[in-house]
Amino acid sequence: MTFNDYLLLFAGMGLATYLPRALPLLYLAHKKMPQWLIDWLSLIPVAILSALIAPSLLTDAATRSFTFGKLELLVAIPTLLFSLKTRSLGGTVLVGMLLYWVGGMVWG
Amino acid sequence: MLFVVVIYRLMNKTSMKNKQILRQGAVAAWPICLGYFPIGLALGVLAQKAGLPWWAVAMMSVMVFAGSAQFICVAMIAAGSSTAAIILTTFVVNLRHVLMSSALAVYLQGVNRKFLALYSYGVTDESFAVNLTKFREGNWGRWQALIVNHMANSVWIIATICGALIGQFVPQGALGVDYALTGMFICLLVFQLQGRIYVITGILAAGLSTSWYLLIPGDSYIVGASMSAATIGYLLKKRYRRRQ
Repeated sequence: MTFNDYLLLFAGMGLATYLPRALPLLYLAHKKMPQWLIDWLSLIPVAILSALIAPSLLTDAATRSFTFGKLELLVAIPTLLFSLKTRSLGGTVLVGMLLYWVGGMVWG
Repeated sequence: MLFVVVIYRLMNKTSMKNKQILRQGAVAAWPICLGYFPIGLALGVLAQKAGLPWWAVAMMSVMVFAGSAQFICVAMIAAGSSTAAIILTTFVVNLRHVLMSSALAVYLQGVNRKFLALYSYGVTDESFAVNLTKFREGNWGRWQALIVNHMANSVWIIATICGALIGQFVPQGALGVDYALTGMFICLLVFQLQGRIYVITGILAAGLSTSWYLLIPGDSYIVGASMSAATIGYLLKKRYRRRQ
């Protein structure tokens, strides 16, 4: 691919990435939002975080099938308990990494 | 890079307050940066294997700041897909950010459009999760949030270029760094649990997204499951309130 091929491709991808991020913000930040929308949107973060994490813990990406007990899930449980107890973001990240690292060496 | 401009403008008007804003943003951004580095390296390695020169990787990370779409793009280039198909796929994969930007709009009411246009560039899963949590806790401003976006972006650009240039010499999975973003998401999820309705919505979203992922091909599971779970949660809450 030439420079121009890449430029065209990335410009198109850039636009396809930017518009879904920019249009809702530009529109909604200057509009009085109805209460039902604010209430609904307040549940979006918990829903989207959960929807992002759960499949990565409970499924195998290569075969797209259900799997129970993979290392990511086993590490997630103490990591979750640690964050509930301490409510520390930095601590949780480090504990998760440590457990995943040690777990990887033990289960290899 | 935009980040440099932002820093420069902040530093130009250097006051204690600006330095504090910069520091607060940097402190909040470090888990994202830590998590982005190995992923960016991996992307750079794959891109290099797929035949992309390092400058194309740099160009992609600057113009398209979207990790998952970039991975898919590299795979599609390797498979010989058309430009139109790659752009369309990028659009579909990134539609979930409509939801994130809408949720952020609650905290960016009345902010000028120039700022929002710049801010939108850096809305990723990770920066959204960190900034929204911070906004909700209070004591968080739009400038701190912008710093988070652009610190993450700078690290991402550097990591992907490093991956394309020297990625094959870096050992994989050292220090469990591959788990950094999962750990971060788990903790940010915990921060969101501020009442029974949030717990119910989270459990619903987990069940729905896993089933959706297994049953329906493609990437609709994130948007589909989170919108459904939020709607059910909202209706449950409304019903509960009415009964009281």
